Amino acid sequence: MNELMTTLNAILASALSPGTAALAIAAIGLNIHFGYTGLLNMGQAGFMLIGAYAFAISIIGGLPLILAVIIALAAAVLFALVLGVPTLKLRGDYLAIVTISAAEIIRMVGRSSLLTNITGGSNGLVGNSYRGPFTDLSFLGDGQSGFGPWNYDNTGSDGWWIRLVAWALVALFSVMVFLLMRSPWGRVLRGIREDEDAVRALGKNVYSYKMQALILGGVLGAVAGVVYILPASLQADSMGRSMTFFIWTALLLGGAATIFGPILGAIVFFALRLLVQGLAGQFVPASIMTSQQTEQFSWILIGVTLMLIVIFRPQGILGNKKELSFNAR
Amino acid sequence: MPGDPVIDIHEGSAAARAALVGLDGKPGVSKPDSILTVDNVVRRFGGMTAVSVDHLEVQRGVITALIGPNGAGKTTFFNLITGFDKPSSAPRLIGGPKAGEAAKWEFNGTPLGMTGAAKVAKQGMVRTFQLTKALARMTVMDNMLLGARDQPGENLFISLIKPLWAAREKEVHAKAEELLQRFKLYEKKDDLAASLSGGQKKLLEMARALMSDPTMIMLDEPMAGVNPALTQSLLGHIQALRDDGMTVLFVEHDMHMVRHISDWVVVMAEGRVVAEGPPGDVMEDQAVIDAYLGAHHNTDLGDDSLLTDEVAEELAKEISEEDANTEGEKK
Repeated sequence: MNELMTTLNAILASALSPGTAALAIAAIGLNIHFGYTGLLNMGQAGFMLIGAYAFAISIIGGLPLILAVIIALAAAVLFALVLGVPTLKLRGDYLAIVTISAAEIIRMVGRSSLLTNITGGSNGLVGNSYRGPFTDLSFLGDGQSGFGPWNYDNTGSDGWWIRLVAWALVALFSVMVFLLMRSPWGRVLRGIREDEDAVRALGKNVYSYKMQALILGGVLGAVAGVVYILPASLQADSMGRSMTFFIWTALLLGGAATIFGPILGAIVFFALRLLVQGLAGQFVPASIMTSQQTEQFSWILIGVTLMLIVIFRPQGILGNKKELSFNAR
Repeated sequence: MPGDPVIDIHEGSAAARAALVGLDGKPGVSKPDSILTVDNVVRRFGGMTAVSVDHLEVQRGVITALIGPNGAGKTTFFNLITGFDKPSSAPRLIGGPKAGEAAKWEFNGTPLGMTGAAKVAKQGMVRTFQLTKALARMTVMDNMLLGARDQPGENLFISLIKPLWAAREKEVHAKAEELLQRFKLYEKKDDLAASLSGGQKKLLEMARALMSDPTMIMLDEPMAGVNPALTQSLLGHIQALRDDGMTVLFVEHDMHMVRHISDWVVVMAEGRVVAEGPPGDVMEDQAVIDAYLGAHHNTDLGDDSLLTDEVAEELAKEISEEDANTEGEKK
C-alpha cells in the first residue's frame, strides 16, 4: 500500500514538473509542424538543444536574461531556415530525414570534446552556471510551501517559480495556437496538410507558409529546451533522438491537431511510465526484474504504446475521429 | 493581340464570340483579342514528347474547349501553363534552347514563363484538377473559404487578432454560401469534404476556384462523374460566367457538352495542336474525325435497341465501303 502511495505521489509530482511542461511546449511546437501543417519534423529535440545551448552559453557569457532568451529564439529561427530552405520544396519525407540528422549533428557537436570550454563537452553545463538571472527574477521569496503531494521551495533550483513560469508558458502557447488555428492563416496550413498542390492552385505561397510553420514550431521547441534545462543541467544526451520520440508519443497520445492534446499527452506520458515502473517494482519480484530493469521495461512499454496508438487510435485521446491527423491515406 | 485590344470586355462576350466568326481554322491562328498566348511549349518525358505546341492563342471572354484522345497531352499542357510543371524548352542560364525557340507564354499581357503555380493563380488564371483535390479533412465551407484572395487573416501576425480580419471573413463567407447554393452543395457545407461523392468533389473544386474571381478559369474534365441533370445546370453556370466576362478553357471528352457550350474548339493529338475552329466546323474536319472522334461518333453505341442484327450488318457494310473508298483513294 505504501508503495502504491509512493507511485501515486510520484505521478502527481510529475504532472506538475517543469520537465512535463517542457515536453508539452515541445509537443505544441510539433503539433504546429505535424498536426496542422503535415510537416514530418523528426528532430524537435534538436530545436530544444539549440535553444538550450544558445540560452545557457549567452548567460554564462554575461549577457542579460532577456537578451539570452532572444538569442535562443533567434538561433531556432536560423536553424529552421537552414533546415527548411533546401527541403520544404521537396516531398515531406525529406524533411524527416534532414531534421533527424540535423538534430544528431547538433547533439554530436555539443558533446564534442573540442568545445569543452564552451558547451562543457559530454559533461554538459551545470545548472548553477546559467540559472542565476532566472531565479533572481522570482517574486515568490524564500522558504517552502506546498499542498498535498506538492512541496517545493518557493524559488530554489526546482521550485514553484520555475513551475509557475513553465506552465504559464504552456498556457500562453496554447492560447496562441488556438488563436492562430481558428484564423485564415491556420486554414491555409490545414489546407497544405491535405493537399499542397490544391492550395498552390488557389494562389497561396505554400513554401512561405510551410516555412512560417517550421519556424514557429521550432521556436516553441527552443523555449521548451530552455524550460527543460532551467531546473536541471544542460547535457546534450538528454535531448537526443529518444527525446524526439517522447515528444512524438506525447503528441500522438494526446491527439494531433487539437489544442489540449499535446499537454494532456505530455502529462499522461510521464504518468503512464511511472505507473508501469511503480507497479512492476511492487509486484514483480527482484529476482525476475531488478529496479533498473523495471525502468527499462517502462520505456519499452512506451514504445509499444506509440505503436498501438498509431495503429488503433491514430487520432489520440482528444482527437476527432473524422479529422484523424495521422496521415493514413 | 496584347496592346491592341479590339474588344472591350464590358461590351460582353457576344462581341468576343462574333470576333471569332470568319477566322481561319488552322492551328495556331491569331485571335483578335487573345488573353493567353503560348509559344514553343515543349515537354519531353525521357524520349517521349508529351507536349509540343508551337503557337496557340485563346480568345478573351469565350469558352474554349480543348479536346483530343487520351495521351494527347492536354493535362500536361494545363500543368505547364499553370506553373505546375516546367517545359523542357524553358530558357536556361547555360545551354537551353536558342533565343526565339524558348518557351514563353503571356497571360493578360504578363509573361508567365518562369512563374510558380501560386503566382500564376494570383494573376487570375485558376485551374481545377482532373483527379479532384478536395481538401478531405476540412469542411466544405473551409475548402471554399480557402479559395478567396486578399484575406488579411492569412498573414501570421494579423491572424492572431480576430477583429483585424473578421470583416473580410464575413464577406468571404457570404460569397461562399452563395456559390455553394449555386452548386447545390449548401446543405453539405459543414460536412468534411471527404464525405462528398466524386461528382460533388468536382463541383466543390469548381466552386472553390470561383471564390478567387479568376479572369480565366481552366477546368480539367469538369463534368466527369457529374449526373446529367446537374451537368445541364452547370453548363448554364459556365455560360453565365462567360457572359460575365470570364474566359473559360476546359478539357472534356463529352462531345455533346463540347458542342453545346464551347465557342471555339482546339484539338490536340500526340502533343500537337492539330486543328482548331468553331465546334461545328471542327467536328466535320476529317483530321479530327480520324484522330479522335471516329467515323461513327454520331451513332449512339450505348443504345441496345439500335444494335439489332440489321443495324450491325449495316454498320459492317458501311465500314467495308469506307475501307474500300480509302483504299481507292490511296491507289
